[in-house]
Amino acid sequence: MAIGLAQPVVGAPPRGFGHRLRRALLTDPLGFFSLVVIVLLIVMAIIGSAMAPYPMQGEGASSVTTRLFPPSWAHWFGTDLFGRDILSRVIVGARGALVVSVAVVALAMAIGVPIGAIAGYSRGRIDGALMRLTDLFLAFPPLLLAMAIVAALGPGLDHAALALAISWWPWYARLARGTAISLRERPFIEAARSIGIPDRTIVLRHIVPNSLTPILVQATIDIGTVILAAGSLAFIGLGASPPAPDWGLMVAEGRTYILDQWWVSTFPGLAIFVAVLAFNLVGDLLRDLLDPRQNA
Amino acid sequence: MTRFVVRRLAGSALVLLGLSVITFTLARVIPSNPAALYIGPKARPEEIERVTRQLGLDQAPPVQYLTYMRDMLTGDWGTSIGTKRPVLEEIVSRLPATLELIAAAMALAIPLGIVLGVLSARWQRRPPDVLVRVVSIVGVSLPAFWLGLLLQVVFFRNLDLLPLSGRVSADLRFTAPIEPITGLYLVDAALGWNWAAFVDASRHLVLPALTLAAFPIGLIARMTRASMIETLDQDYIRTARAYGLRDRFVTYRLALRNALLPVLTVVGLTLAYSLTGSFFVEIVFNWPGLGTFAVHSMLNVDYPAIMGIALFGAAAYVLINLVVDLAQAWLDPRVRLA
Amino acid sequence: MSETLLTVDDLAVEFVTRDRRSTALDGVSLRIGAGEVVGLVGETGCGKTLTGLSILRLLPRTARVARGSIRFRDLDLLALDELRMRGVRGSQISMIFQSPGTAFNPLFTIGSQIRHIVGEHQKLSRRDADERIREVLVSVGLPEVERVTRSYPHQLSGGMLQRAMIAMALVNRPALLIADEPTTALDVTIASQILRLLRRIQEEQGFSVLFITHDLGVVRTVSDRVVVLYAGRVAEDASTPDLFREPRHPYSRGLIAAVPRPATRGRALASIPGSVPGDPGSIVGCAFADRCELAIDRCRAERPLARTTGPEHEVACHLASLPEQGWS
Repeated sequence: MAIGLAQPVVGAPPRGFGHRLRRALLTDPLGFFSLVVIVLLIVMAIIGSAMAPYPMQGEGASSVTTRLFPPSWAHWFGTDLFGRDILSRVIVGARGALVVSVAVVALAMAIGVPIGAIAGYSRGRIDGALMRLTDLFLAFPPLLLAMAIVAALGPGLDHAALALAISWWPWYARLARGTAISLRERPFIEAARSIGIPDRTIVLRHIVPNSLTPILVQATIDIGTVILAAGSLAFIGLGASPPAPDWGLMVAEGRTYILDQWWVSTFPGLAIFVAVLAFNLVGDLLRDLLDPRQNA
Repeated sequence: MTRFVVRRLAGSALVLLGLSVITFTLARVIPSNPAALYIGPKARPEEIERVTRQLGLDQAPPVQYLTYMRDMLTGDWGTSIGTKRPVLEEIVSRLPATLELIAAAMALAIPLGIVLGVLSARWQRRPPDVLVRVVSIVGVSLPAFWLGLLLQVVFFRNLDLLPLSGRVSADLRFTAPIEPITGLYLVDAALGWNWAAFVDASRHLVLPALTLAAFPIGLIARMTRASMIETLDQDYIRTARAYGLRDRFVTYRLALRNALLPVLTVVGLTLAYSLTGSFFVEIVFNWPGLGTFAVHSMLNVDYPAIMGIALFGAAAYVLINLVVDLAQAWLDPRVRLA
Repeated sequence: MSETLLTVDDLAVEFVTRDRRSTALDGVSLRIGAGEVVGLVGETGCGKTLTGLSILRLLPRTARVARGSIRFRDLDLLALDELRMRGVRGSQISMIFQSPGTAFNPLFTIGSQIRHIVGEHQKLSRRDADERIREVLVSVGLPEVERVTRSYPHQLSGGMLQRAMIAMALVNRPALLIADEPTTALDVTIASQILRLLRRIQEEQGFSVLFITHDLGVVRTVSDRVVVLYAGRVAEDASTPDLFREPRHPYSRGLIAAVPRPATRGRALASIPGSVPGDPGSIVGCAFADRCELAIDRCRAERPLARTTGPEHEVACHLASLPEQGWS
């Protein structure tokens, strides 16, 4: 679920933005924390298996002699019911989490931004019709539509990703429409129109690129939110299936014996929490830096 | 104002209509064999034929839609493949448990969120503000299902303070059973002067409600803070100060009223979040409500149940939005007395 | 001359942000007598609103008083503790603002908002308070007082709202009313009605007014005396007839000449070339020197102090005290 900027800030980021962003990420403790986490996630996603102490177990190989070991020096996060090292599984699982969320957000943007840009630029009946459609999708409580779609298509990570993308595109449509409306009246758009550039080109070449700032800010926050949503779906069984090292799935698997072997569910859940927290913090940071009032 | 109300009601009706089209599409148009999904895995050919005719699946889609609408409006939402009972009946019977959970979570989240947001705005950039901002962002980032599990470990296993799951202790059913009147255990227990049950049900409600309230608290606190800060910057607050009104009066009796108006929208959003959020919380705490039913239906591909729940949830959200919009309009004299 | 009600002495206000510090008021002095209407005139950004806000200590968080004093009756306003200062605001000194539409709280009725003000400063019973509110609303010429009391701000026109704000300002019978551009946001007909109203009530009730505006025409109709402000400093301080008959500061002359008149119709508008300097605190000599056609070296080197050039007529200009220059 996305709570976006109150007013879309269009055009290029203000001067000195890169500078202030760097300062915020490096000096502010919360910013630094988020930066570290996100970089770590990306690294884990790329070279996960190489980083994990027990890469095979990370992928799913069991080890009967090491079942349900509590956290120790050999196994920082302990082991699960199949003797697999949880730290390794968390590391390897980062790829799934990140890839799925980026895919979902990318797909949602690919669908939503053009629809919103066209609606905002065209106004009139096209705008009305497209917005009516968008509102319909937004009328579903968060995740309910996704759950219904996954139920219809059958469980599985790809179905979950598709379902989430279908639930998410309306937010980008709305955002893109907002920026398109503010950009529409700008002199350079009017100039382009007056020299005969076709609408399609205007939307593609001018409206969309200039709308990217708020959209990318939203996308950053959404990556975190989608990790949470995908994890939640996996927890109730609508996502990845065993033996995949999916964080949500791991929490569900550990649930049966959580009271005595608390580590099996705790660490994967912690991974989700920390990842979402980092993206939310970055999102807040970006929003503060781009807030037109603070820059005035 | 009446014109506004009429327009909003019409708008909501239209949205409900549109939603029914979506659920219809999901239920009848997209699946390759909707009749088989409707009956279940052990469907025999003659049954499939009967259902095909009953649901009008051999007709053109527009006609199918009309059949679908007729069924929905008359209360025939199909039969649950899992429980063999009518879907609508299943939903209604489990609703009170979920309502009690959501009500408890909201009763906690709304006052707490608002108080935190106001304090945060009042003491900007000082420790209370920092604390509240940390709490808020943690609240909106926490996976509810994970939080629930952690609370179970800490409060049940480690501290032995609160029960693990369910709505009431098993033995209470014999020692002090609750007379079902509304289906809300706290209310029913109180109405029947059954204090043992009241206490027991309350204890069972604590952890699930807390878990469900985390996200709303975070979101409401953030939005209240932002709204208060913006309100305190307004001309009319400057006027109030210019006339010597006391700081506490200006903040809590004047600015707060203005700031809370937009917060109402956020409250609606958190209610919507709770609708689906309760699914996860119910699973973790074995809470016998709509959520558990929904999740089991999804895992068992109980198609009629899934579609029924989807439509129900969407309709509930439309209703929530309608109420929030109308409440906001009524509370704002600029709309109420346009 | 009547007794002095308010004395502002060498007031300096600066804005302090993380990186810079800039002076907005650089040594402003003025006097307001009991029952006197003093107009404070200047371009946008010259610091006139800030002067008004300083008197009530309503400065924004980024501003602070660098030096100077403000005395009201026997009180040193800048040294007063916040509790007693609050007692002054809205009861002994009231302020009305430029846009009445945003000055009232949209969620409360006019009546209840005025009642808050009364309740804070007077110990009246509910009935007496309502009676006083009704009385003051009638005195500002509002029709259907009962309806206005029950109305919300969005239900009243701009003119009516401004009258209501004046009523709210006067309900506790203040000795001084600070009016910050009260007619700027109103259309001309309404504006003149409000001005006439203000003049009338002021004469009837005898309170003093500090009338802040950029409009010379308005100042001329309303004030007994005029203080001309430029770049945070006082340029000239004279009675209204004296100022318009014999402006002695080049800036005042420029301002008066710039007002369009029927006599000058068809000719190009006279204007003062250049623009207002940003940070007056950093200017060594006269703040107006760069734009003044009569400037001499001394003007740029040494800041002119206020000199008396006639009864109740002070000018801050090196050339003003030299009558042989023959300019007027």
